[in-house]
Amino acid sequence: MIRRWLPHPALSVALAGLWLLLNNTLAPGHVLLGAFLGWGIPLLVGPFVMPVPRVRRPLLLVRFLLRVILDIVVANLHVARLVLGPKGRLSPAFVEVPVRIDDEFVLTALTSIISLTPGTVSASLSEDRRTLLVHALDAPDAEALVAEIRTRYETPLLEIFECSNT
Amino acid sequence: MPLWLEAVICVLLVLGSLFALVGAIGLYRLPDFFTRLHGPTKATTLGVGGVVLGSMLFFSSQGEGGSLHEILVMLFLFITAPVSAHMLAKAALQERLPVIPKTRGKPWD
Repeated sequence: MIRRWLPHPALSVALAGLWLLLNNTLAPGHVLLGAFLGWGIPLLVGPFVMPVPRVRRPLLLVRFLLRVILDIVVANLHVARLVLGPKGRLSPAFVEVPVRIDDEFVLTALTSIISLTPGTVSASLSEDRRTLLVHALDAPDAEALVAEIRTRYETPLLEIFECSNT
Repeated sequence: MPLWLEAVICVLLVLGSLFALVGAIGLYRLPDFFTRLHGPTKATTLGVGGVVLGSMLFFSSQGEGGSLHEILVMLFLFITAPVSAHMLAKAALQERLPVIPKTRGKPWD
């Protein structure tokens, strides 16, 4: 019953929060309107919502997010140096990274993180969703890049979310 | 507004715009399409991050309560920037755009 009238509780809360943030207020009227939108929108778009796997380890998720933000800052400085430095020093490469993630949502998260951390852009996903093609701005050692993506991002994501690991 | 807060906001704004500038320089200077892709996708993260933090501090110190809707700018950028970069890269792969000879592991060999 509750599933029928509130199909995506987490999405509802997120939408209500989004509304309050958009309006930059906590006025009761907006809280009410936000709650209404948070209830109504998931009902309308229900069939299109991508299922999000359950978070198994919330604490690890917080730590992981902090590390990603830190990585973004550090790698930004690195890319700034590459961009401003002599052009001849760059060694760009396409690297094929094997992925073990099955779930669509987690896979999207991984590719987004790869693109956001400077120096790498995820360029393509193979048909069977087993290899991710990554373009790196400066990767003298492709093996090291693959290993880094696996240990730094993929493994924690697999631990955090409840999804099959193949 | 106390002086130190003004100073912090200034530093954040200048740092943010510097990173945005570096992104633009990257777009201009880097040799081929795929390396150029790195410029703009990156400037959005630290560049916009700095400006957004500065804006949050400034408007929060105006005495009308906290200003948090800048977080949304960040959030939407973090969601959309990788997607657009991915689509651009995919289209470039499809078109087989030339890469500089030094690039290793060309996917269409």
